[in-house]
Amino acid sequence: MKPIVRLRKVNKSYGDLRVLRDLDIEVAPGECLAVIGPSGSGKSTLLRLLMTLERPDSGLIEVDGDPLWEMERGGRQVPADERHLRRVRGKVGMVFQHFNLFPHMKALENVALAPMRVLGLSRREAEARGRELLGMVGLEGKVDAYPAQLSGGQKQRVAIARALAAQPRVMLFDEVTSALDPELVGEVLNVLRQLAQDTDMTMIVVTHEMNFAREIADRVAFFDHGRVVEDDTPDVIFANPQHERTREFLRAVIEV
Amino acid sequence: MFDWAFALRILPDLLRALRVTVQATVFGMVLALALGLAWALARRSVSGPISWSAAWFVEFVRSTPLLVQVYFLFYVLPGVGLRLNPFLTGVLAIGLHYSAYTSEVYRAGIEGVPRGQWEAATALNLSHFHTLRHVVLPQAIPPMVPALGNYLVAMFKDTPMLSAITVLEVLQTAKIIGAETFRYLEPLTLVGALFLALSLCSAALIRWLERRLVLRTAERL
Repeated sequence: MKPIVRLRKVNKSYGDLRVLRDLDIEVAPGECLAVIGPSGSGKSTLLRLLMTLERPDSGLIEVDGDPLWEMERGGRQVPADERHLRRVRGKVGMVFQHFNLFPHMKALENVALAPMRVLGLSRREAEARGRELLGMVGLEGKVDAYPAQLSGGQKQRVAIARALAAQPRVMLFDEVTSALDPELVGEVLNVLRQLAQDTDMTMIVVTHEMNFAREIADRVAFFDHGRVVEDDTPDVIFANPQHERTREFLRAVIEV
Repeated sequence: MFDWAFALRILPDLLRALRVTVQATVFGMVLALALGLAWALARRSVSGPISWSAAWFVEFVRSTPLLVQVYFLFYVLPGVGLRLNPFLTGVLAIGLHYSAYTSEVYRAGIEGVPRGQWEAATALNLSHFHTLRHVVLPQAIPPMVPALGNYLVAMFKDTPMLSAITVLEVLQTAKIIGAETFRYLEPLTLVGALFLALSLCSAALIRWLERRLVLRTAERL
């Protein structure tokens, strides 16, 4: 099957720091890929590049067959313009570690914004869809709450509903439980679990929750120093990792 | 010394002229708010020439006296075929002048919105316009209110400059009364009192607005 996300020899540096080195990775439609690895290994950068929040220094990034930063014009590849970027970007959605909800909007307004302003739905349709999505993440009672009135876990669930409302084909989850108090992690993971099991959404989940990665992922990629060291089914990665570096990392995190 | 009867007699004329002063301030402020936002956005533009021109314009306007700008527009615009009456010329002059200051307030306000808010808007695929309109400006503007309010009061106090180009605002009217009656004490005292009263009123209005915005923000916490 044709991959929906494809990276070829992607490089990204911040100043002297090389974050991604000739990164190659593919994700199939409907697949749930968990990305694990030590801090600074380039996991979040992968997501930020896919969301077009950052530009790669070199290499090719394709979403659904379209290169992100290039487009065809007159038979030639030219740098993408804003229109091309928005068309491709619309296929991707992202949930952030720190939620990034819009603090001046109620939960429902947060969720209805993209359907109204991007997908062109009427306010009524957008709000109906918003209520449905907030219901799906268990927050039907919080439609009128402002983000500051919600707990961390509730905020993150609103953020998931908001991202889903834009109808992306690929959802990126950037350490979505790392900023939460331990007792709130479960409610967010439950929503992710439900998404992975009940929908055919393509998901890339950067996470430190090893048990969770093992449980929901179709495939796990272990990142280190800006490349994929090992990329296999959860069973192989967690039970029988092939690389010494993977074994070291898993030993360290599981002992903690 | 101070002739109260005379003061009372000229008060209606001065109040009528005060209307012109207030109108010039209100229109000037609307212009300053709109143009200031335009300069601030132009300065953030990715296009070098646009950003550079806006920065240069703001610097230029802030570094030259308002009175010079007022005269310049009054005498130069008709020469290039743009004929405006003195009032509109005056509004344009103070609007342009204060837009240079409000643009700096907008810039600081926009920069104060966390980067994560822009990123979330990008992730939702909002256009640049909708990002500004629905995400960034609603968060940037409330903290700007005190600074913008100060410029409103400052602009109000600068409107007598328009008397230089024959706008019949309150100072010009007072000067005419003085020239006709040889009494300057009452008209000029009244002008001062009227400015004081209105400045205090607008300061109170801004404080009220500020408090309301703070309350509205607190309500969400």
